[in-house]
Amino acid sequence: MHPAPSVIAFTTFSGLGFGLLFWLGLGLPAPTGLVALGFYVIAYVGAVGGLLASTFHLGRPERAAKALTQWRTSWLSREGIAAIVTLLLGGVLALAALFGSYLAPLGWLVSLGCLVTVGTTAMIYAQLRTVPRWRHWTTPALFFTLSLGGGALLANQGAAALALLTLGAVVQFIAWVTGDTRFDRSGTTTGSATGLGDLGEVRAFLPPHSGPNYLLREFVYVVGRKHAFYLRLIGMVLAFGVPLPILAVELTHLTAGVAVLSHVLGVLCLRWLFFAQAEHVVGLYYGKR
Amino acid sequence: MTQLPPPSDVKLGLVIDLDTCVGCHACVVACKGWNTENYGAALSDSDPYGADPSGTFLNRVHSYEVQPETGPAQQVHFPKSCLHCEDAPCVTVCPTGASYKRAEDGIVLVNEDACIGCSLCAWACPYGARELDAAAGVMKKCTLCVDRIYNENLPEVDRTPACVRTCPSGARHFGDLGDPESAVSQLVAERGGFDLMPEQGTKPVNKYLPPRPRDADEIDILAPLLAPVATDGKGLVAWIDRALSALPGGAR
Repeated sequence: MHPAPSVIAFTTFSGLGFGLLFWLGLGLPAPTGLVALGFYVIAYVGAVGGLLASTFHLGRPERAAKALTQWRTSWLSREGIAAIVTLLLGGVLALAALFGSYLAPLGWLVSLGCLVTVGTTAMIYAQLRTVPRWRHWTTPALFFTLSLGGGALLANQGAAALALLTLGAVVQFIAWVTGDTRFDRSGTTTGSATGLGDLGEVRAFLPPHSGPNYLLREFVYVVGRKHAFYLRLIGMVLAFGVPLPILAVELTHLTAGVAVLSHVLGVLCLRWLFFAQAEHVVGLYYGKR
Repeated sequence: MTQLPPPSDVKLGLVIDLDTCVGCHACVVACKGWNTENYGAALSDSDPYGADPSGTFLNRVHSYEVQPETGPAQQVHFPKSCLHCEDAPCVTVCPTGASYKRAEDGIVLVNEDACIGCSLCAWACPYGARELDAAAGVMKKCTLCVDRIYNENLPEVDRTPACVRTCPSGARHFGDLGDPESAVSQLVAERGGFDLMPEQGTKPVNKYLPPRPRDADEIDILAPLLAPVATDGKGLVAWIDRALSALPGGAR
């Protein structure tokens, strides 16, 4: 799949933003006054900035509001609604915190909204039968652990961050090990795609057009896959390898800054791989993966 | 609405005969011609006469080589467009309700005025039947020429999809696959028509008819009488051939 920068930025930063808002909703921490302003600004810059970035890859962004209408069937629609409701409720929570009070029941509702938002985001990818690598429980598990773990890191919740990011590293490892063979195990082949598999070995002989097209640009992204091993290593080290020992020792302002920066860069790298390594079955029609 | 309607009695679709398709791409051209000036936004091209042409098409013809376990390989021309699936995953993922399946005849369409161009429907389609138009920013797909098949301003013979109307080898058939008595349903039953990627669970309406196995290659009965190129040449030309072959690096 084409790793569109807008979608990578969206899933990374809105994930972190909603992760931080989740902890603020639980009152962990429950800052007031200017400290609260700082925390909520970070959460909202991440969440809202990510959502705005996601509109950049739309063909007709001016109609984005229509995307809130089909929540009965569409995970993308559900995500949009969950995000907006959560951000509105979170705004009230932030306003109250600014004036010195933490509204617990509202906070819990905001935290729940954050979970629903992150879950619906993950389901946009996990629902797709056409991308076998994504259609697995590890996709939502990864989105949850990275969002809540990164949020805990931003919220200065050392123990929770340590536990969640450790879990995240394990889930990421499982996602890679199982995901690498899932396309082959999905049963979709050039033979089933063309229905000619019973007659013999099917090979794409002539493409339908001499140049590239939308399908190849969007779904058959092979640039950089050859560096996948090292990129996985870099992503793992930055997202988990650097922050985890820091969390295990102690968070100070300086080390927390290093941990957060490293984690964000690592997640960006992992998210890039999440798209770049995902193979869509339509590539089979072109003899490509 | 992006909720799928209950399965309709009428299931309009195409039956494509891989045995007779000659891979001429006439259906591709007819489709592009009709659909760029009728239903919805035009099918745009970028750099059409330059070095890197690219454009939106609703129908494309692939060619595959099938190598049986024994015998020579066989080439199969393979036109592919929207299969108007009964369980169309492209419809249910749409966040705006732009993608829909018609309750009356099962045609899957895009309401371009409501499309935000998020591409998720194209992600959900295993067949590559949907393409985002680079100029219009909206999703394009086969309409089964909905503006021809019911169009009473056209002569009756033309009330069929442009690709079917133009196919010179009769490889494309249009009809109601929901009616077991229809000509297309009979054809599918007789010839063993099949679905593409049945494991994806989309229940395509369009069907494909398999190609016949290739004839066995036979050496012509007259072949032994046809003398091969002489290897025992004489005269000037043969001498030149031998002389040049003898030179260092000369062709032998």
